[in-house]
Amino acid sequence: MTSILLLLILLSGGLLSWVAGRRNARLPRWIALVALAGALSWLLAFWSQTPVGLKLTGGPWLERLSLDWIPRFGIALSFGLDGLSLILSLLALFLGLMAVVASWSEIRERTGFFYLNLLWTLAGVIGVFAALDLFLFFLFWELMLVPMYFIIALWGHGDSARAAIKFFLFTQGGGLLLLVGILILVLGHFAATGHLTFDYFALRGTALDPQIAFWAMLGLFLAFAVKLPVVTLHTWLPDAHTLAPTGGSVILAGILLKTGAYGLIRFLVPLFPQASAALAPVALGLGAAGILYGGVLAFAQSDVKRLVAYSSISHMGFVLLAVFAWNALALQGAVVQLVAHGITAAGLFMIAGSLRERLHTLDAKGMGGLWAQLPRLSALGLLFAVATLGLPGFGNFVGEILVLLGTFRDHPTAALVAVTGVVTTAIYALALVQRAFQGPPGERTGLRDYGPRETAALGLMAAVSLGLGLYPQPVLDLARPALAALPGAGG
Amino acid sequence: MSRVQLIALLPIIVAAAIPVVLILAIAARRSSRLVLALTLIGFAVVLATLTPAARVAPMQVTPLLEIDGLALFFIALVASSGAATVLFAAGDQGASQVGETEEVDAEREVGDTQGRDTDERKPEEHYVLLSLAVLGAMVLGASRHFAALFLSLELLSLSLFPLIAYRRRQPQALEAGIKYLVLSGVATGLLLFGMALLYAGIGSLELAAIGRALAASGAPGSIWILGGVTLVIAGLAMKLSLVPLHWWTPDVYQGAPTAVTGFLASVAKGAVIVVLLRLLVASDAHRQAPVMAVLAILAVLSMLTGNLLALLQDNVKRILAYSSIAHMGYLLVALLAAGELAAEAVGFYLVAYFVSTLGAFGAVALKGPGGDNITAFRGLYRRRPWLAASFALMLLSLAGIPVTAGFVGKFYLFAVGVNAALWIPVAVLVGASMIGLFYYLRIIFTLYTPPEHNVAAVPVAATGATALATLTLALIWLGAWPAPVIGLIQSALGGAF
Repeated sequence: MTSILLLLILLSGGLLSWVAGRRNARLPRWIALVALAGALSWLLAFWSQTPVGLKLTGGPWLERLSLDWIPRFGIALSFGLDGLSLILSLLALFLGLMAVVASWSEIRERTGFFYLNLLWTLAGVIGVFAALDLFLFFLFWELMLVPMYFIIALWGHGDSARAAIKFFLFTQGGGLLLLVGILILVLGHFAATGHLTFDYFALRGTALDPQIAFWAMLGLFLAFAVKLPVVTLHTWLPDAHTLAPTGGSVILAGILLKTGAYGLIRFLVPLFPQASAALAPVALGLGAAGILYGGVLAFAQSDVKRLVAYSSISHMGFVLLAVFAWNALALQGAVVQLVAHGITAAGLFMIAGSLRERLHTLDAKGMGGLWAQLPRLSALGLLFAVATLGLPGFGNFVGEILVLLGTFRDHPTAALVAVTGVVTTAIYALALVQRAFQGPPGERTGLRDYGPRETAALGLMAAVSLGLGLYPQPVLDLARPALAALPGAGG
Repeated sequence: MSRVQLIALLPIIVAAAIPVVLILAIAARRSSRLVLALTLIGFAVVLATLTPAARVAPMQVTPLLEIDGLALFFIALVASSGAATVLFAAGDQGASQVGETEEVDAEREVGDTQGRDTDERKPEEHYVLLSLAVLGAMVLGASRHFAALFLSLELLSLSLFPLIAYRRRQPQALEAGIKYLVLSGVATGLLLFGMALLYAGIGSLELAAIGRALAASGAPGSIWILGGVTLVIAGLAMKLSLVPLHWWTPDVYQGAPTAVTGFLASVAKGAVIVVLLRLLVASDAHRQAPVMAVLAILAVLSMLTGNLLALLQDNVKRILAYSSIAHMGYLLVALLAAGELAAEAVGFYLVAYFVSTLGAFGAVALKGPGGDNITAFRGLYRRRPWLAASFALMLLSLAGIPVTAGFVGKFYLFAVGVNAALWIPVAVLVGASMIGLFYYLRIIFTLYTPPEHNVAAVPVAATGATALATLTLALIWLGAWPAPVIGLIQSALGGAF
């Protein structure tokens, strides 16, 4: 029920914003804020009611619901929440709220339509995290794209229409391959058992011909790899993240990338254990390469948003490593990494957005010495920069160290390459701080430092990141039973 | 003819009565409102007679017609589409009258008191012609004999020709009309010659008998049959505007009144698809590799060419024309696969395609003056938010995005393609769908960009708005809750195949 309720809140909130936006341009942001705050508090209440450690008799699922939808194909409206879904849904709603704050003063035109798109993207994401029917999953997977396309194309900066099309084509192309992969699996299951179903649990353990299974798995892998992104399929990301409005970047980096990781963890490996194991050497290589590649390219950027975008590629490399190492330690690390990266990347994008609003440029060369002029903004910027480089005490450190430990056990080479990537992270993060906030101050007057709204939002995010680094146990507790229930990840 | 047969034939009898009633009504009193109302009532009666007809179906009525589930399903689709077209046409004429009145006023000033376009502003014939075209499409969907097929196809095409050239003062409309007349004549010629050759080789004009003979002969036997099959496929492909027989489509679609274009792109195409489906099933063509290879090549070429050429267009009607070429290619993918699932996929995709295409062209018709160039659509979001939202939904459905009818339709196509292991067509389908996104998104993006200069909002006619709202609701209903319609299609088509 929780998932359906959240979906209803977000979808109807979006429609309400649209209708209200035609009368009053300021009303939609309040509607979006209330809808997201309501949804988030509902989910937090749901979390607080679940027993600690989740030693439930019914397995890892905190809640499940299944209604017939298209019986012709054995498609059901099947939703479920386990620890993994719950953590990522919480992250999505939290960052959605932050995206509203980030767009508060930036979005002035067509506000109703903007918040419609924002809330509907989030509805798609919540659906992706909760769907346990492959058709339903695919539906939400596609559903979150269109509003995101509009956010980038209509409210973005510069040549954003092109970036939006690129984003859409990459993800939609991946989506169609995902559909083909799902259909091969479902029809293979039908041929073997005579039972046509898209149910996740029924399809787990389908014995397909290994060669066919590999192709089907590849379809799913490509779809998720585009989203994550895996290096070689990442080229849509820097453009889309850089040219999107701040709220859009927050959602892209903070949440949408996580759907790719979620797809890998929830669907790819459990549905195709053998076929994905065959892909593991390549995928581990790509993961390690991504960590290095993203780090090196991030260092080469002078545009702050591009820098953060490339750093996302680097951080998501750790997640890919963890997925294909596929043991409990690495996967737990991946979950922490997802949350931590979501928050720090979103924070950095918000800071970049604020810099653009004030300086009308994102070129770090044109900055320098901002600490004196914008002390609060710069301090928060430093905080998120050191969080992203994995300073102990922040969530990213916990995530990376767990992933590296987990990966090292079975794949020492990949882990060693990845460790060198951590060094590049430190270099670009510190270089960013150095270029933008330190140095001689430029001749600028009348810069407005962060007011209470921005300080509160970013301070809250920093607190969550710090909390995750100092006491990650609640997240680990929540994730452990969910991950342990995945085949082969119990150890 | 027995009573039961008459009941089975009732929908077609009613449809045939509509034009007669309309002509009588026009003779008594020229009122476009009355004629519009009578046409709509006529279509409603056709839909109402489907229930008794369905109780006695399937039934052969005369050697010419077969009233089975497929025929009734298609009759329902055509009657609803006819109603939508009529409503859009009424809305479109309302909009164009605004411009024409100004023109007439200007003429009055120079002393010419007679409006030039009096005949175009009294559009009663329009409804007569359209109901004749609807009748042709219905009979086409029910024909089991080459004679019925040919007669109904001609009835459809000949009624469409004056409809396309209806605004005969516009050179583009005339060009479109002439092109359609000539090329549809060529297609008919090919088809007729093919039928003649088949008759020479087989000695029958019944689809079932021809199908049996073709299935028995295995590989195309005599030169008569080979030639006949080739020409029939070519004729049908031309009617469906499959690549490489597609070149008439964009000009005709652009020149015709927009509501008629919607009808042309949906009903006129769908009827031929039904005929093709009947021919393929009757002749067990899926066992015959050469025929399937030809169809696969046509499908692949249509998907790719249609979508690629749509990228280069700046006129929205031309974009939609090329997109319809691509959609016929998509539908062929389902026709390539045999079996119940494939027939069901064709049925559902037709419904989804009809709804989205009629809606898309309907939205263009209701947009008001300013031409059909893509720049004229800028800022439509501000002028007409609901119209722009409906149009965007129609385009998203054509692109196959959830939660729209087109999404479920595309899902069906993928399911059928993967099930039948048609890997090359499915791969092309993936690629073509991605190319398609480019131009659908381009139009939607344009709707939401600010206009170059302010254009006054023209009120949308209530008739057209009703039709578009209904289609939009149907679009979302089909996308969000397709189970009832799937059940209906299953029960309608399940027995036949």
